Amino acid sequence: MRTFRLVLTGTLALAAPLGAQTLTGAGATFPNPIYTKWFDAYSKQTGIQINYQSIGSGGGIRQFTEGTVDFGATDGPMNESQIAAVNGNVLHVPTVLGAVVVTYNLPTLGDTKLRFDGTLLVDIFMGRVTKWSDKRIAALNPGVKLPDIDLIVVHRSDGSGTTYVFTDFLNKFSREWRDKVGFATSVNWPVGLGGKGNEGVTQQVKQVEGAVGYVELIYAISNQLPYALIENAEGQFVQPSLESVTAAAAGTKLKADTDFRVSITNAEGAASYPIASFTWLLVRKDGKDAAKAKRIKDFLTWMITPKAQAMAAELHYAPLPKAVVSLVESRLPTLKAGGKAVASN
Amino acid sequence: MTTTLASESVTQPPAPEPPSLELASYGDRVFRWILTLGAVSIPVLLGFLVYELWVGARLAIAKFGLEFVTTSTWDPVAEQFGAFPLIFGTLVSSVVALVIAVPLSLGVAIYLTEFAPKSVRQPVAFLISLLAAIPSVVYGLWGIFVLIPILRTGAFPFLRDAFGFLPLFQGPIYGPSMLSAGIILAIMVMPYIMSVSREVLLAVPDTQREAALALGATRWEAVITAVLPYARSGVIGAVILGLGRALGETMAVTMLIGNRHEIAASLFAPGYTMAAAIANEFSEAVGDMHLSALAYVAFLLFVVTVLVNAAARLLIWRVARGSGVGSKAL
Repeated sequence: MRTFRLVLTGTLALAAPLGAQTLTGAGATFPNPIYTKWFDAYSKQTGIQINYQSIGSGGGIRQFTEGTVDFGATDGPMNESQIAAVNGNVLHVPTVLGAVVVTYNLPTLGDTKLRFDGTLLVDIFMGRVTKWSDKRIAALNPGVKLPDIDLIVVHRSDGSGTTYVFTDFLNKFSREWRDKVGFATSVNWPVGLGGKGNEGVTQQVKQVEGAVGYVELIYAISNQLPYALIENAEGQFVQPSLESVTAAAAGTKLKADTDFRVSITNAEGAASYPIASFTWLLVRKDGKDAAKAKRIKDFLTWMITPKAQAMAAELHYAPLPKAVVSLVESRLPTLKAGGKAVASN
Repeated sequence: MTTTLASESVTQPPAPEPPSLELASYGDRVFRWILTLGAVSIPVLLGFLVYELWVGARLAIAKFGLEFVTTSTWDPVAEQFGAFPLIFGTLVSSVVALVIAVPLSLGVAIYLTEFAPKSVRQPVAFLISLLAAIPSVVYGLWGIFVLIPILRTGAFPFLRDAFGFLPLFQGPIYGPSMLSAGIILAIMVMPYIMSVSREVLLAVPDTQREAALALGATRWEAVITAVLPYARSGVIGAVILGLGRALGETMAVTMLIGNRHEIAASLFAPGYTMAAAIANEFSEAVGDMHLSALAYVAFLLFVVTVLVNAAARLLIWRVARGSGVGSKAL
């Protein structure tokens, strides 16, 4: 019995420091590597522990709404009814940028990169283009010898921010796509095979000659997948890269009072890669706990410093453009807790 | 001790008092309560599970009702959901798995108990049970990297050439398909069916075999006429165990089935299962209706499993008359 008591007090003593200097968050899986790195670096610097569970954007929004976490994270912004569910008490803070590339398996092409535009991608993912020799593909790729084989569409089967961004892009090019499919983390695909995760899509594309699919940019870079050039809003065929993705965010004009819930697919600017998106942290505009609100604000202030944003580039996440950083900076002082402004350092 | 007991009892001092009956029954009571609690916790847990699924699915049940079971649209954007292709895929992939796994594992079990030399029996049985210990995600990865390329370039074209007149083996070959999922499931359920059937066959009394052989039966006839009928209810139980595993298997199936909400006659076509849909969509499902529809799917999976098991139990009861091994245990 005595040993039991000793063990019990010991456990309590160990447990006590928890909760004092911690924050908990949950949500998107796509930015998990950079968030983990940020939170680790931040805790070494300030002693504040941030526990992040990468359970998916949907789960992040749900837990944020239910108040079980201090902040959420999502790849697709909350919609109007979700914002109403928290009485508008949410600020979307963009953290880094993600992009989606179109990859394909045509070994006969060698190093030649194919060119696609939004309309052609809609035709492909609607199932209207079934052969690689289709003249709609040839029209955008003059001089490329396209094989006369079946075109097989591969898409994500699991709900994903990658699907959200890709369908958001297609949505801007076709009324029919808007009516029949729309955009979301998972949609009712007209054709194709479903692969689980980036790796599932990649394997199916790699194994079947003539397959075409979409994967996350970082995954494509680290696995050296072939990817297509995509035509942007100014008629340029742009290669996906960290620079062209940051350019897409810079090309999107944001109002001073923006809530940051903006789509940056098909953004303006000659250098912009058109299938890109912000990923967001969800924080309360008016928090309950003043101490926690301050910790969140301090972290956000640190996150937009050039040093933290440079860490993002190391992991192949496209950093925020300067204009967006200064917009976020100007918004942080408006964060409140219990109706009062959060103290700053 | 026992041999000297009579003589010692005379010289020994009075025996120590036996432990008090009161205390013994107190200890027994506690032990009994603990065991009862354990036993009761199972139905309670099950009840909670069903209740939670029901609560989670209420929104979808109210909107779609039983049409959910018969319609095929799955559109998270328009919030239109129908689970027919999922139910179809779950049943078909499991049946394909059993069609492949049952003869194979039964054959292995018969070989190991009736024909194999003693030195082979244990090692082979051990190796097969080892298959059961492999995590399903490993099966899935192996399926993607090894099995599917073999099937797509070798086995599937052969099947199409040989049996292409059947609708089951027609249409384009992608690789990920109902048949690929069925084959990986077959490999996954084999160890269960094999191990249990082997135990059941081992429990058949040797007198059964000897009687058949004495009447002039060959080894084969003895197995068919005397051993298998004696063990049939146990073997059916083994198959049901495998079926239960196949119905609920998630990870390996979703990696190999192609994840398409569609009903196709061909086994080369991609499909979808209930468990796979839940695993795929739950984490990123944002809308309440979407979540509720997934809970409804989970509820249906539960119902399908219960129905299949109940049907199997009936089958065992009917078969059990006159057979010996395993009928009590199952």
